[in-house]
Amino acid sequence: MILANQFLYVALAITFIALALGQIMSMVRLVLGPTSGDRILALDTMVINALGLVIVLGIQQGVQIYFEVALLIAMLGFVSTVAMARFILRGDIIE
Amino acid sequence: MTAQIIGTYIVCLSLIIGSGFILVGVIGLLKFNDPMTRLHAPTKVGTVGIGMLLVASIIHSYDIGEPSTHELLIMAFLFVTAPISANFIAKVNIHRRACDTPPSPPQDETWSTLSVPKTEQET
Repeated sequence: MILANQFLYVALAITFIALALGQIMSMVRLVLGPTSGDRILALDTMVINALGLVIVLGIQQGVQIYFEVALLIAMLGFVSTVAMARFILRGDIIE
Repeated sequence: MTAQIIGTYIVCLSLIIGSGFILVGVIGLLKFNDPMTRLHAPTKVGTVGIGMLLVASIIHSYDIGEPSTHELLIMAFLFVTAPISANFIAKVNIHRRACDTPPSPPQDETWSTLSVPKTEQET
């Protein structure tokens, strides 16, 4: 059991590092992005990476309350992506 | 006791698979050189990457003795909304002429994304 817990510790560290690298790389794409579609896509990826960070934090601390946070972040991310795309497509969000 | 150890190993495996898919998707977002190909890479982050992290979370909740399956809600929500937001971003790319314009449709004249109503053309 001690060995398995050490493996879990290492896997959680790897996942945290991967998600943080993902945030940094998509932030680079957000700054570089030549077109506005790229910028929306990079923001969407950053929201999804933040969702993954919250989930992994919940696994690490063994607390159930991070579920609500993750669900709220998922919904807000989808709505904001659609709103930004719609603003560029139509010049208005709600016509 | 043995089942708990096996469950912990499965949690480790799912976490590592998920982080691998997340890294692949984000490297694709950074390195590809065309807006439409860049659009295809991060969908793996949203579906497989976060899906494996949620599977790990479910198995871990059974492991520590507080079973909960409501992470499936997040998974279902992400699987439903990922194609919709990808479709919207593709429409933005086509509309801003950031990619090659698709070939004209067989019956009509322009795709609906690219067509402008008559009233807007005159003003």
